[in-house]
Amino acid sequence: MGKFNKNGSKEVPELNTSSLPDLIFSILFFFMMVTSMREVTLKVEFQTPKGTEIEKLEKKSLVSYVYIGRPTKEFRSKMGTGTRIQLNDDFAEVDAIGEYVYQERESMSERDKPFMKVSLKIDQETQMGIVTDVKMALREAWALNIVYSAGKRQ
Amino acid sequence: MAKKKRKVPGLNGSSLADISFILLIFFLITTSMDTDTGLVRRLPNPPDPNQQEEDVKVKGRNVLVVSVNMNNDIMYYYGDESKRVTVNDVKPEDLRAVAKEFIANPENKANMPEFHPADPPLPILGAYPVTKNHIISVQTDRSTSYDVYFQIQNELMAAYNELRDELAREKFGRYYRHLDPESDEALAIRGVYPMKISEAEPKKYGGN
Repeated sequence: MGKFNKNGSKEVPELNTSSLPDLIFSILFFFMMVTSMREVTLKVEFQTPKGTEIEKLEKKSLVSYVYIGRPTKEFRSKMGTGTRIQLNDDFAEVDAIGEYVYQERESMSERDKPFMKVSLKIDQETQMGIVTDVKMALREAWALNIVYSAGKRQ
Repeated sequence: MAKKKRKVPGLNGSSLADISFILLIFFLITTSMDTDTGLVRRLPNPPDPNQQEEDVKVKGRNVLVVSVNMNNDIMYYYGDESKRVTVNDVKPEDLRAVAKEFIANPENKANMPEFHPADPPLPILGAYPVTKNHIISVQTDRSTSYDVYFQIQNELMAAYNELRDELAREKFGRYYRHLDPESDEALAIRGVYPMKISEAEPKKYGGN
């Protein structure tokens, strides 16, 4: 019978690989998404406090970040173990905050500027002195909407 | 029988691009990029350098001062000199009830904020008596731990949120947090319990 012809095509047909780039791309995108998108590499360690009255920050484009904590291990030899402020990718002093806020505000669209928020990611062991200084600097720079970044406590 | 070399037709791969796009969009939507959460606060306007430094006189009965020292011990006081209530060694959790009583002043005590009819009148509630001059001031030492400060702020926020919820339940039968923030109901509730936590540098509160 012709249907069961053993002499038919013996060789396995070649796999069509033209879609492989697409697959690779989708996997690539997937990993791009799940790895938390952090624009900055953290140079300070912090653990934010836990609260009950916290709110979600809806629009990420409106939020700028100020990190306060101890330098991570690789920077300890250079920066010591005292509490440090990080803006963007580098350590900074309190008086650099005004400039930072100005730059962040300039990068926003005109409509969003009044709604700018500054999220303070502060380690819970930090002393209030540096926090107060940062808050005063933010006030001077007219960045008045602030968020004490915190996790949810049950 | 004729030996025929059969050709397998190549797979049509043109739709694979669509499939991968669907996958991509699916993951785009489902993966939650770590959203930031926190206590949302507003700082006061910066002090005007041209303006003369004038001490804002606040009546003693309108101020609740929560003070934390370098050892993270918390104390609070309120009321005028003669009727002052001072409590030492409190826990952050205790502040919620204290703040609630202070803000609402349900028994109209003389050492807690006085009532004024709302001016301009609130939507729906009208000239509702409001303790509009009250201020809660949190004073810290430079060595106070941020965690303690944060817990205090959290409890004070909780006090306001509970008061607002209670009033909204009583007046409108709904929780404040379920109201549309721009609605008249929410405006009225916020008018009765405006959030007045002083973020400024500690100032001297004097006068009567």
